[in-house]
Amino acid sequence: MTWETVIGLEVHTQLATKTKIFSGASTEFGAAPNTQACAIDLAMPGTLPVLNAEAVRMAVMFGVAIDADIGLISAFDRKNYFYPDLPKGYQTTQLERPIVLAGKVDIQLDDGSTKTVRIHHAHLEEDAGKSLHEDFHGMSGIDLNRAGTPLIEIVSEPDMNSPEEAVAFAKKLHALVVSIGICDGEMAQGSMRFDVNVSVRKKGEELGTRTETKNLNSFRFMERAIVQEVARQIDLIEDGGTVKQETRLYDGDTHTARSMRSKEEANDYRYFPCPDLLPVEIDQAYVDAVRASLPELPEARRTRFMDSYELSAYDASVLSDEIATAAYFETVASRCGDAKLAANWVTGELAARLNSEDVLIQHCPISAEPLAALIARIIDQTISNKMAREVFAAMWEGEGEPDAIIEARGLKQVSDSGAIAGMVDVVIANSAKQVENYRKADEAKRPKMLGYFVGQIMKASKGQANPKQVNEVLLQKLDALL
Amino acid sequence: MSIDRSDIEKLGELARIHISDENALASAQRINEVLALVDQLQAVDTANVEPLANPLGARQRLRLDEVSETNRRDAFQATAPATEDGLYLVPKVIE
Amino acid sequence: MHNLTLTELSAGLGAGEFSSVEVTEHFLARIKRLDGTYNSFITITEEQALAQAAMADQQRAAGSVPALCGVPIAHKDIFCTDGVRTSCGSKMLDNFVPPYNATVVENFAAAGVVVLGKTNMDEFAMGSSNETSYYGPVKNPWQTDCVPGGSSGGSAAAVAARLTPAATATDTGGSIRQPAALCGITGLKPTYGRVSRWGMIAFASSLDQGGPMARTAEDLALMLNEMASFDSKDSTSLEREVPDYRANLNRDVSGMTIGVPEEYFGEGLNPATEQAVRDALAELEKQGAKLKAISLPHSHLSVPAYYVIAPAEASANLSRFDGSRYGYRCENPADLRDMYMRSRSEGFGDEVKRRILIGAYCLSAGYYDAYYNKAMQVRRLIKDDFVSAFKDVDMIAGPTCPNPAFEFGAKSDDPVAMYLEDIYTIATNLAGLPGMSLPCGLVEGKPVGLQLIGNYFDEGRMLNVAHRYQQASDWHSRCAPGID
Repeated sequence: MTWETVIGLEVHTQLATKTKIFSGASTEFGAAPNTQACAIDLAMPGTLPVLNAEAVRMAVMFGVAIDADIGLISAFDRKNYFYPDLPKGYQTTQLERPIVLAGKVDIQLDDGSTKTVRIHHAHLEEDAGKSLHEDFHGMSGIDLNRAGTPLIEIVSEPDMNSPEEAVAFAKKLHALVVSIGICDGEMAQGSMRFDVNVSVRKKGEELGTRTETKNLNSFRFMERAIVQEVARQIDLIEDGGTVKQETRLYDGDTHTARSMRSKEEANDYRYFPCPDLLPVEIDQAYVDAVRASLPELPEARRTRFMDSYELSAYDASVLSDEIATAAYFETVASRCGDAKLAANWVTGELAARLNSEDVLIQHCPISAEPLAALIARIIDQTISNKMAREVFAAMWEGEGEPDAIIEARGLKQVSDSGAIAGMVDVVIANSAKQVENYRKADEAKRPKMLGYFVGQIMKASKGQANPKQVNEVLLQKLDALL
Repeated sequence: MSIDRSDIEKLGELARIHISDENALASAQRINEVLALVDQLQAVDTANVEPLANPLGARQRLRLDEVSETNRRDAFQATAPATEDGLYLVPKVIE
Repeated sequence: MHNLTLTELSAGLGAGEFSSVEVTEHFLARIKRLDGTYNSFITITEEQALAQAAMADQQRAAGSVPALCGVPIAHKDIFCTDGVRTSCGSKMLDNFVPPYNATVVENFAAAGVVVLGKTNMDEFAMGSSNETSYYGPVKNPWQTDCVPGGSSGGSAAAVAARLTPAATATDTGGSIRQPAALCGITGLKPTYGRVSRWGMIAFASSLDQGGPMARTAEDLALMLNEMASFDSKDSTSLEREVPDYRANLNRDVSGMTIGVPEEYFGEGLNPATEQAVRDALAELEKQGAKLKAISLPHSHLSVPAYYVIAPAEASANLSRFDGSRYGYRCENPADLRDMYMRSRSEGFGDEVKRRILIGAYCLSAGYYDAYYNKAMQVRRLIKDDFVSAFKDVDMIAGPTCPNPAFEFGAKSDDPVAMYLEDIYTIATNLAGLPGMSLPCGLVEGKPVGLQLIGNYFDEGRMLNVAHRYQQASDWHSRCAPGID
């Protein structure tokens, strides 16, 4: 009997506003504890919220990007519960009237097909602060800098059927929100966090009981958590048990999840409309203006890369998903003048290095202009591809501009035809036996025999002879001896 | 509608208000008197009446996204029950 | 000097008859001498007051100043005052010193007003008798075994005992008008949103409204000129220009139609109170106003709707008092839950806890529609009653309260009886309309009030009607016995 997995995601996305959703305190990451928590964020008595216009604009921007209906009148509700990172004792969120209604996101599957994941809605809400669990004499420390950071919570329909699809969807959303500039995408800083609803069922049966796993802030954790949870549920059912509806908390250190049942199940959030905030009304003209300001979406960019740079579907997809990568690639391509070579370098050497060093392209030590300059030296035959990789490594280590490195390391190719001809002559003169063999060989076998001569010449030139020129001159001279 | 002792304990848990054994019944009784008053609402026909949250039916004003607050941590923490290294201290949070 | 009204004090300062320091010292001395009896102040800010007074005198000497520059007032202890303890009448905030000012406090400071101190109140403004204050009950200056009303009982008693010429207050269900009536002074609750709620500790956000208390309508106009403002820090603040409320005080009331709701004169209204109110209406009629019988058919639902909406909002508004960041924290909490439970149970008084529990109940799963949503629907019906009434009348008038001040303890064991004391004032808050109370008689030697309810933003006209009435009557200038 085969099992089917059903997955839905709730994605908390921090909006890249300068200030909090309801206060004028900065949202900058990494400040000293509580230095960016103002009276409103601390829920000091008598303080009141006022909604940030930019948070509204960004939420609407997301809505138009996923082709969603926009809630022209949306409203905030209070979700009541006690927790030390929630200063007011309620979270201000949108339950009944969210700002973004149903929409959709297409994902590309490994088999090349496209699947549509429906978005149920996305709503504006405030982030909570942080509890620091290291020991303060048996106490916890509360930092409320993050409290009040604007979020949109994006709620998908349960349209995904495998961990891979869930990850593809999550990555797609990540690429999208970064592309349209509403989120910095810094996963390690918690800018995007996933809650995963998972259930399993036998094919054709009704939906199984779902669990919610919270606190996933990387694609890898999310994938692992889903794989684990699916296995747990199947084991449970196959052993004659039943899945309980519960909230589970994933621990990124131990890679295990555990039930939070005691805390969650007693909760009754007592939602009601927030009387300190009034309904938010926007008009169609506003929505249209936001739509008009929408930057190019990854999907459109992919098509454009295939058309105008003649890239393969794969390269176009890799280069267009993230706006930072796309921008980097386009700069390299236009500066060096060879889009295909630029694509090879960005998806090859550069991507491999970023990946192995776990660096985001935004923080890449080699910016696009110097990489283009390096590629230009390959195109004008100053250096070979192999030498270019050496120069690239040196650039990564901060040794400077490509030309300076080529100069300093003496990597310049010898392209002087006189010098190359001289070297060829010496090698031919010193290789009587090999020349004889070459002459005797069938014409079809001769190209294979060139390798020896080329090797000798490159050795003599310490690798600096232009290989293309060496080949040409060598063939010419050997053929003359036939 | 009226509430009993177990209801009031549940409400106390939600609202983080301790209901002492000796007060539970008296509290429930007084709350029931209020609920009896409030229950007059049930007799009113409110079909198709839109709930009124803000008396003037006003709309939300939006604030420009400009930083207006400075760090006033010391002032805010001056009368806090317990702080250390700029953090508010509370009994250990167990998730 | 304490017998002068706010308007007279302002004029006297302008004419150089006395200095702000003299006036301030006079009132401070009076508070020290007499407030032991009334308990109307929680905190007296003597040093600050004298410094403000000296500053006001300098400013006045240097040139033209706002009308209230150098005049002393008191703030209800619900308004946050930078550097001065703001308790809200609760043990929970007994140690709370905010590092910021309420907008109302800022507005008065900008006008050069001197602040004598912070007045007593029902805990978190929940009460109609001032018996729920952590700092003990306020005594009604007219009869000290009687309540002053609430929740702004401290502000009302302080004005009535002439310990301050005026005071700020707040009104969620009658908390300005009811104590004004019971203490024989004049008080105004403006249109919802007219006075900023920033820094005013929330009880029920959609009903709370700050307003002034003083001896006369003319004084209230002076106060409201400073107190009202558009405030970008309060999303519910009205983006409307503040008129000069003194401009039309003397306008003739003839030709005006005053609606008299039959529901405000029914069962439960003390006959002597009714007579006093009818007499006052007759005076307005004599001045040319036309009285018109009207009906506000959903009036009887205002108390039930209020006791769902106000506790529901309060239950969330008071969640922030959890012992974590400010205010009271219990001794040696065993764990987080224990800190929440004990800090809140020990820090809040019984009435506050009761309302939090009622609010939690009305919002809880399965009851939201029957209670909260239903109450919000009824709220619209109540508002619609007024909207249609104001198609035919310019103003509505009736009693502020059914009875004069009652004795301490008379209703403190019976919440519902206490709640019904606000039966005529609550609808105004639900509808967001302005309402005011002015003295119109004495019953059993205790003051009773005439309530005026105006259309939205019509505070100026209400003050005008009240002023004209006060020109022709002397209830507002009567003094409680024993007050010299």
